[in-house]
Amino acid sequence: MRRKNMFSKGTKRKFSDAGEEAADESAMGLKMTSSYTLQRQSLLDMSLIKLQLCHMLVEPNLCRSVLIANTVRQIQEEMTQDGSWHAMAEAIGVGQTPADRLEATEVLCRPMVRDQDPKPFSVIGYEGCHSEEVVVDEALCSTTPEAHTAYMSSSLGVGPCWQGEGLSEVDEDEEEDQQDDCGSRSGGEDGGRLAEDSRATEQVFGTFEIKNPVTSSDPALEELFSDVDASYYDLDTMLTGMQGPPKMGPYDLLESLSSHGSPSISSTSSCRSDLNELDHIMEIIVGS
Amino acid sequence: PCRRACLRALLSMGEDADTRKINHSFLRDHNYVTEADIISTVEFNQTGELLATGDKGGRVVIFQREPEGKNEPYCQGEYNVYSTFQSHEPEFDYLKSLEIEEKINKIRWLPQQNAAHFLLSTNDKTIKLWKVSERDKRPEGYNLKDEDGRIKDVSTVTSLQVPVLKPMDLMVEVSPRRVFANAHTYHVNSISVNSDCETYMSADDLRINLWHLAITDRSFNIVDIKPANMEELMEVITAAEFHPYHCNLFVYSSSKGSLRLCDMRAAALCDKHAKLFEEPEDPSNRSFFSEIISSISDVKFSHSGRYLLTRDYLTVKVWDLNMENKPIETYQVHDYLRSKLCSLYENDCIFDKFECAWNGSDSVIMTGAYNNFFRMFDRNTKRDVTLEASRESSKPRAVLKPRRVCAGGKRRKDDISVDSLDFTKKILHTAWHPAENIIAIAATNNLYIFQDKVNSEMH
Repeated sequence: MRRKNMFSKGTKRKFSDAGEEAADESAMGLKMTSSYTLQRQSLLDMSLIKLQLCHMLVEPNLCRSVLIANTVRQIQEEMTQDGSWHAMAEAIGVGQTPADRLEATEVLCRPMVRDQDPKPFSVIGYEGCHSEEVVVDEALCSTTPEAHTAYMSSSLGVGPCWQGEGLSEVDEDEEEDQQDDCGSRSGGEDGGRLAEDSRATEQVFGTFEIKNPVTSSDPALEELFSDVDASYYDLDTMLTGMQGPPKMGPYDLLESLSSHGSPSISSTSSCRSDLNELDHIMEIIVGS
Repeated sequence: PCRRACLRALLSMGEDADTRKINHSFLRDHNYVTEADIISTVEFNQTGELLATGDKGGRVVIFQREPEGKNEPYCQGEYNVYSTFQSHEPEFDYLKSLEIEEKINKIRWLPQQNAAHFLLSTNDKTIKLWKVSERDKRPEGYNLKDEDGRIKDVSTVTSLQVPVLKPMDLMVEVSPRRVFANAHTYHVNSISVNSDCETYMSADDLRINLWHLAITDRSFNIVDIKPANMEELMEVITAAEFHPYHCNLFVYSSSKGSLRLCDMRAAALCDKHAKLFEEPEDPSNRSFFSEIISSISDVKFSHSGRYLLTRDYLTVKVWDLNMENKPIETYQVHDYLRSKLCSLYENDCIFDKFECAWNGSDSVIMTGAYNNFFRMFDRNTKRDVTLEASRESSKPRAVLKPRRVCAGGKRRKDDISVDSLDFTKKILHTAWHPAENIIAIAATNNLYIFQDKVNSEMH
């Protein structure tokens, strides 16, 4: 069931030529699209790393961030359409009821913003990530006992968004927005402020669980992810670790999810990602 | 035998030339560049007599063209340092715990109305109006104070004299006349002076404000694309400019590759465009990077006011104001990068914002690229050329040799292969003299000024 969806022919893509699309059924076609999926995943990971790594001193470039966020959205949409987003979530092993799956798909197809529903991916909070950096980590770390399953990738949604609102003389209405955001997120617990969105953030980063692959009943998935080097995902932790106390990167999220307890803040073990592996992936993508 | 004009290099290194030479020779092997010296904007004034540069350290250096000397025809019009001043200082936003960079994002000259020159310079948040004036005379012969300015003892004054103006060494004085602050939440990317010479606009990522040059405590917001819910933000403003002579028209570009022409007569808030210029996406070229490379990094009206020039990551396009659905001309700047987009995304080069420029007659357009290359496209002959701005390849008064990048296939001698391009050497800022064929190229911390000499004068 899954196999057909994941490897189904899609629209023309960057990484494969028109001629190769015809070889869909053959083993060659299978290999090509799986390599495409791998590249796409790498691009998604890279994009999320870029959004995570904020400059410590200066406000990040809004244009760049918006473009990266839009790229992530595109990947996410495509992955949703060919089912790999959903399939990957399954591999992660987040509990899911069939009804929730339906809701997730439906929401993805109509990126309307409704108050209670998870929203399309945005880079919310990343602009303010400097002052909110600790908070962002909490968001990533905090878990809710019920792992909600609406698969919408959502806002990272951590508190005041797109922190431009520093100029109290000028934009009073923006300050109100800021307060509203904070207000809606207030909660009793420590990470309670972000509790509402933590389930959403879980899903965004749920895909990165490749690091600890859960054995799945689907051999195709296993085969797909078997040769992905998880050490690449440590890059984020290493780099962010340089600038402050080691904090949890998105890729550690699922570790904490499975424990259902207080998040482990310790960074992942390996310090430096193997750049040879990274180069290898890059070579595939660049096609040199 | 061809009559193609060649470019001669009049190398002018600008202020602190000695310091910079020292930097280079001392640390030659490491190619170290003081970050504060990186030039971030270049702009000629309306006559071309003055050339202003701004850098990352918040300084502005103004060059003045020397009048032509009859004795040495080749010495005509060299630019020398006229004045240097610190325009912006780094600031700290305590509310957000963030530094506000002093880097000068843009400089725009006001049309000259009296003996003094005025320019606007802006960093991410604050725009300043500077007055540049000359003093070459000073009064001498005061009655109440002596030569050193000390008050004289009145009893020693026996006769009265009228102070006279005596010549003195030329002094260029720069003073801040206005500071336009606290109007931008986001980073200012453009400023543009209106043809009415009374107002100007400043654009940040999400808003455009209209100012009166004499009023600093108030500005009018004329464009606001900030969504009510910031989570829905998908598009930002990347550049904006007033029409050269219709004072009610301006254009702004977006990160999605669209241009909007707005008419200020229509409404106070110009959120509804009068015209939307957008080229439909080519489905065969679609990739995850399509949107990023379509983001417009610069927009310039032609001198005639009839056309628009835009720069996106791989191309420059000429648009006719009368045709909204596609550009009338598209020129490939460095299409060989199309297959490298993922690497360029990874190292962030894909977000580099290149500027573009028209020549005085709107017949040639110019833009920068990597490896210290810059490109020129002749709109009439459809010929293009790639040139390099570097110390090694051009001695003063040498003719610039056209360069070629080979992307596989036959490789000629002196070709550069795509893989050996230096992506840290990017020419983002270029300017063209408003009337003559003189161009200013900013290559990291160096300023190159090239002048066109017709071939017939050579050899």
